[in-house]
Amino acid sequence: MNDSHYCPHTPEEISEMLSVIGVASVEELFAPIPGELRAKTFNIPPGMSEFETFSRMQAIAAENSGKMLNFIGGGFYDHIIPSVVDHLSGRAEFYTAYTPYQPECSQGTLQALFEYQTAICRLTGLDVSNASLYDGGTSCAEAAMMSLRITGRNKIVVDGCVSPFSRQVLKTYLFNLNVDVIEIPPLDGLLNRAELAAVLDDSVAAVLVQNPNFFGSIEDFTALADQVHGAGALLIGSIYPISLGIVKSPGEMGMDIAVGDGQSLGNPLSFGGPSFGFIAAKKKLIRNMPGRIVGETVDKNGKRGFVLTLQAREQHIKRHKATSNICSNQGLCALRGLIFLTSVGKEGLAELARLNRDKAEYAKVQLAKIPGVTVLQSAVTFNEFTLSLPRRADAVVAGMLEHGIAAGVPLGQYYEGSENCLVVTVTEKRTRKEIDLFAKELEVALCN
Amino acid sequence: MSMYFTKEHEWVKVKEGIGAVGISEHAAHELGDITFVELPKMGAVVKQFAMLGSIESVKAASDIFAPVSGTVVKVNEALETAPEIVNESAEDAGWMAWIEIADESELENLMTQGQYDDYLKTL
Amino acid sequence: MQLIYEQSTPGRRGVKLPASDVPAASALPDTLLRAEPAGLAEVSELDLVRHFTNLSRRNFSVDTNFYPLGSCTMKYNAKVLENAAALFAPFHPMTALLPGGVDFCQGTLGMLYDLGQLLADITGMDEVTTQPLAGAHGEMTGILLISAYHAANGNKAKKKYVVVPDSSHGTNPASASIAGYEIITVPTASYGDMDLELFKAAMTDEVAAVMMTCPNTLGLFNPHIKEISDIAHSHGALMYYDGANLNAIMGKVKPGDVGFDVVHVNLHKTFGTPHGGGGPGSGPVGVKKALIPFLPQPRIVMDDDGKLLLETANPGTIGRTANFFGNFGVMAKAYAYIIMLGREGLIRVSEQAVLNANYIKEKLKAYYDLPYDMTCMHECVFSASKQLEHGVHAIDIAKFLIDKGYHPPTVYFPMIVKEAIMIEPTETESKAAMDAFIAVMIDAAQTAESNPQALHDAPLTMPISRLDETKAARDQNVCCIG
Repeated sequence: MNDSHYCPHTPEEISEMLSVIGVASVEELFAPIPGELRAKTFNIPPGMSEFETFSRMQAIAAENSGKMLNFIGGGFYDHIIPSVVDHLSGRAEFYTAYTPYQPECSQGTLQALFEYQTAICRLTGLDVSNASLYDGGTSCAEAAMMSLRITGRNKIVVDGCVSPFSRQVLKTYLFNLNVDVIEIPPLDGLLNRAELAAVLDDSVAAVLVQNPNFFGSIEDFTALADQVHGAGALLIGSIYPISLGIVKSPGEMGMDIAVGDGQSLGNPLSFGGPSFGFIAAKKKLIRNMPGRIVGETVDKNGKRGFVLTLQAREQHIKRHKATSNICSNQGLCALRGLIFLTSVGKEGLAELARLNRDKAEYAKVQLAKIPGVTVLQSAVTFNEFTLSLPRRADAVVAGMLEHGIAAGVPLGQYYEGSENCLVVTVTEKRTRKEIDLFAKELEVALCN
Repeated sequence: MSMYFTKEHEWVKVKEGIGAVGISEHAAHELGDITFVELPKMGAVVKQFAMLGSIESVKAASDIFAPVSGTVVKVNEALETAPEIVNESAEDAGWMAWIEIADESELENLMTQGQYDDYLKTL
Repeated sequence: MQLIYEQSTPGRRGVKLPASDVPAASALPDTLLRAEPAGLAEVSELDLVRHFTNLSRRNFSVDTNFYPLGSCTMKYNAKVLENAAALFAPFHPMTALLPGGVDFCQGTLGMLYDLGQLLADITGMDEVTTQPLAGAHGEMTGILLISAYHAANGNKAKKKYVVVPDSSHGTNPASASIAGYEIITVPTASYGDMDLELFKAAMTDEVAAVMMTCPNTLGLFNPHIKEISDIAHSHGALMYYDGANLNAIMGKVKPGDVGFDVVHVNLHKTFGTPHGGGGPGSGPVGVKKALIPFLPQPRIVMDDDGKLLLETANPGTIGRTANFFGNFGVMAKAYAYIIMLGREGLIRVSEQAVLNANYIKEKLKAYYDLPYDMTCMHECVFSASKQLEHGVHAIDIAKFLIDKGYHPPTVYFPMIVKEAIMIEPTETESKAAMDAFIAVMIDAAQTAESNPQALHDAPLTMPISRLDETKAARDQNVCCIG
């Protein structure tokens, strides 16, 4: 009975409860399940103590290579996480609560989410935010579906520079909905604007771009926003939030909807999750937003308080006509995002963004000194950039993994003809020494 | 002016081929405090009993169906910023749209005030 | 309480960043440069800690209060699970997608594979994808898998409908609708489950899937479930199992054995991972063999030597439903939970969850109307119809409970029960805790008769009283201006 502390009844209590119910055994309570349907097998191994369980989990974690020097990104980024993030989000009053359906006893979660929505609005330069979505890829899909509802059109144009993972998620969400998804192949690691102009007409619901894009390039989409609006469509940007410390915001560029993955804001890599997706939009689009939204109001004494609002859009009321099927979101991860952004603060986020760019620019220079290696793009980059190697990047990356360096993401598997290209990420956590070591190891790898 | 009702609690008041359309006081009361009215688009052509718009309160959402077929010639834009008008005056100032009626014989498919009052007693 | 933005002082900092050890790069060109920094709060570390600590104290939670929120399975979340998940914090998901990268991720990939095997056994399925990030995300993934299955059989155009009972979670019709289907809703019969005759009448060869929660949202196990799945299959439709209520039946009955073809599991309900104030959850999806070719990519597979690999280019796949492998941290907790409790432990979980719900049902049925009076599974659904005679609604009872230190049960769901009060105690509550809750529920029922105004006025002990939700919906103030 090593698990009895999670099922606390004593045998005496169980008998007492059974007699209240008026049955002789617990088994009798399962009588509504017809006998012929009962499970014939249940092949779960025997249980163990929490100490043995933890040892087993440690052994599993040890089967991964723990010490990897990360120069990879691709949507998840190895950033600093201030200690306060774990400690405060680790308060059980936050993490063992549920969706704040009863506002009077959930003001902690509700106010925190209102503050989170405020942070996202200020970061993106847009008017309204929800209380989080699942992740970066699904937030692109939700924004696209939002644009279909708003415009009543059935075509989405996607810049090929958007993460291939997000593009796949988008296509999976839309494949059964009779929606055309048109991809514009990249031109030198940038949006091919001529090709976009050729397909932009009054059947297009939205254009989806990413900034910085999968190659690491930053673009100004201000003129594009005007062009997209001219066709009566919406411009959606998938954004790397740390870059917004210095890069022109979606709001400043005239975008209608900004989405992205919030992992970089205080959430660990954790093999891909949990993180959170964010979505912000212009005010007039709020009724078509997916997910939970927290709003400010007053109680009967005029005291400020917060509630889940505009719930009539949601699945538990509108069922099949809801703006989205989302119920559980990634609330605790969004709380981590808020604590991260508050800890870093206004000037701190700008400083952090500059630090990322400084490190990446330094790495760019060091790596470009290696014979045969060139920086592919002439465009401005943030903390990621694309190198052209003198040979296939996949073999180089595989070889360097053996030396504990994740050298970057080879582009060949995502873009035909890019077999020699490597996307390198350098966050603030990489020291000059580590960057120099990486340059040295890459040079050695290329000589072999 | 004659007033007719649907089983879904919409009303239509007919005058010179134009039907003013809204939801009944009963429906407005059932929904509670109305927070949003989605109006039809000007010029929209609607069929009798097909969806015309929708209406939301804090805890409920409901579709509004067209009581008659025709073309939307006017919408009550005041409801966009002040949906509470529907609570205050569902069968007058809370009207939602004017429909140029395509076929007045469709009114025979609707209930009169007296029939509607009897219908409400059965609910 | 002040907002964090109202405590902001220009120039104050919460954390010191590492100093730069590289030369400063040139500034961004003006066309790409943000005009001014985002207006984030500027506070000290202590300001920040006090603010969020005090905010947390304005929440009810499982660790502080009994939380019998029906349908949500708010069981106790073992602390060791938090420690276990933290072990995996440093692992970058892209590593596994690099050439040769799987060699460095055998632990994490292996854990996901093993979790899939365990969930497949619990649910009677053949394979599980761990990619879906929440229950509703699992539903959408499952319906897309069903759609791909029908398409592969040449039935894409024919299969247009998904059938759901009117007692279903709102996510079921919403997920099916997002996946491109029209919805047919079947009413509930007097025996508390989908009306079998009406179901038969609704079934045609145009139905793609039937989505069921079993036990259903009234907490009742449908005795006709096998017949329903046989009828569905005879029309070429597949059976979808909403795993929200799996906590009632572990080791007792397997969805796969009663005819379900696709299952999602809410790890944050049945498998003891915390709900996080609304998430993260995790919604792995299990399927029968015929649907394996359509599973999302990357799919974790094992070779003959026991090495884990990633299948990334299966032509039949529905694609990708999330960027990486799902909510790994949540799955690490669920995996630890399953191996810790083991076979006997999981069976006991279901037994005591059902025992507790029936105990509360028996103790309260003299005081509250019980519209479906029969043996329930892990939750029971009352109606406040008796209290309504005194002008007291379910919401008033809920607010009274808050004053007494209890998180209210789910109210007004399922929608088919007027003034519904849905109680799910879970297996982790002691008899003493339940007896105290029962006493307060009886107090509420008696107060409804003697002093209904006291219930209308509740809660009085919270930082705020009842809020004006109409104002919130009309004003739409969703972010702090300034």
